[in-house]
Amino acid sequence: MSDLTNNKPEMGAFFARDRAWHAPALTPGYKTSVLRSPQRALLSLDGTLSEITGPVFGHSVIGELDNDLIHNFAKPGESAIGERIVVHGRVLDERGRPVPGALVEFWQANAGGRYRHKKETYLAAIDPNFGGCGRSITDDDGRYAFRTVRPGAYPWPNGVNDWRPAHIHFSIFGHGFAQRLITQMYFEGDPMIWKCPIVGTIPDKRAIEQLIAPLDWGNTIPMDARAYKFDIVLRGRRSTMFENRKEGN
Amino acid sequence: MVQELGYLRETPSQTAGPYVHIGLTPNYCDIGGVYETDLGSAMVNDKTLGERITVTGRVLDGAGALVRDAVIEIWQADSAGLYNSPSEMRGTADPNFAGWGRCPTRAEDGVFSFDTVKPGRVPFKDGRKMAPHITFWIVARGINIGLHTRMYFPEEAEANEADPLLLRIEHRERVDTLIAVREGSTYTFDIRLQGDRETVFLDI
Repeated sequence: MSDLTNNKPEMGAFFARDRAWHAPALTPGYKTSVLRSPQRALLSLDGTLSEITGPVFGHSVIGELDNDLIHNFAKPGESAIGERIVVHGRVLDERGRPVPGALVEFWQANAGGRYRHKKETYLAAIDPNFGGCGRSITDDDGRYAFRTVRPGAYPWPNGVNDWRPAHIHFSIFGHGFAQRLITQMYFEGDPMIWKCPIVGTIPDKRAIEQLIAPLDWGNTIPMDARAYKFDIVLRGRRSTMFENRKEGN
Repeated sequence: MVQELGYLRETPSQTAGPYVHIGLTPNYCDIGGVYETDLGSAMVNDKTLGERITVTGRVLDGAGALVRDAVIEIWQADSAGLYNSPSEMRGTADPNFAGWGRCPTRAEDGVFSFDTVKPGRVPFKDGRKMAPHITFWIVARGINIGLHTRMYFPEEAEANEADPLLLRIEHRERVDTLIAVREGSTYTFDIRLQGDRETVFLDI
């Protein structure tokens, strides 16, 4: 098994996605999905080269403050307001292997629950020192980490009184375009998680729990910041050792 | 008892939400100074090989309204049909072409646009050549899991007719939803999330 003995790039197709583990497209409790959900069956096909491959993002694209949301939009000498936290974890695939070189991008509201965006109308204050975006590339063990402030909860127009629990959006780029994933991280112990229609789009409670980051007391930095640990699992890849090959290949 | 496979479950997807631009294209939404440029905003440079084309389009919801808060990513082979990826074993792709682009649908008119090159042909698993195509991934508020699809080229009628993916589409009138409309070097590919002409989306 070549993949155990060297670092040759892998070429296998990805495991079929377990669509029952994810939210369905149509989730009427989240109203915007009603007109934005495909209704025809998806065309299912084992991955081809077009999905097995994917771009590489070198560590050179990452700036020094990209993983520090407390400072990357702040004026010199100032910092974002809020509860200081570190979010860290690993990007793994379904086989439990680390995914090195994965581009992890994250964005969030400020400590008051307000996004820096022209479409945002919530009356909570903008923090002049908080932009709300950051990114990292995983190391050889699939690890990423960033500093930020804990985002606030906020109301949103869906039901009459719907609120989003505190959350951080994540976009993850693994090795193949088929692994592309966007998700949201929630915080351990937040009772609002279970009231949220967007969380509720996911049918299986165990799947929801996979999005809740535990407080990581061990990695909490004394007199500085608490830590939350959020591991992310991307689709796994088949070994190519049993794949049919054309004659001569 | 049997041995345990020990596999993990994929992290469930959640919608990108209305503020996806903050994370993926911050310069587009006026968060300047954090990143020099938005990743994926330029696909070609002066040295990129191949036929220059523009790929543009809109995303429409089930009522025919423009989706003005989506982000589109595309992934494609270079002009010789090679992917700029470590998993590409057939050769070395054009170093001046990463093959990946990212673009929001603009708030004012719902249009996305990529300046790129026409991709070459890439083999299917059994060695048959697929018709030239560009892989699309669409996320937006209201989309719970990113949508995969492909754009094909109208002038490649013969290749399209033999394309292994297009051949799998049971309702033949739907094949057209994956074929762009050409005007000179501009290809327009509208994506319909729902309705009579719903785009064929892929579980791939």
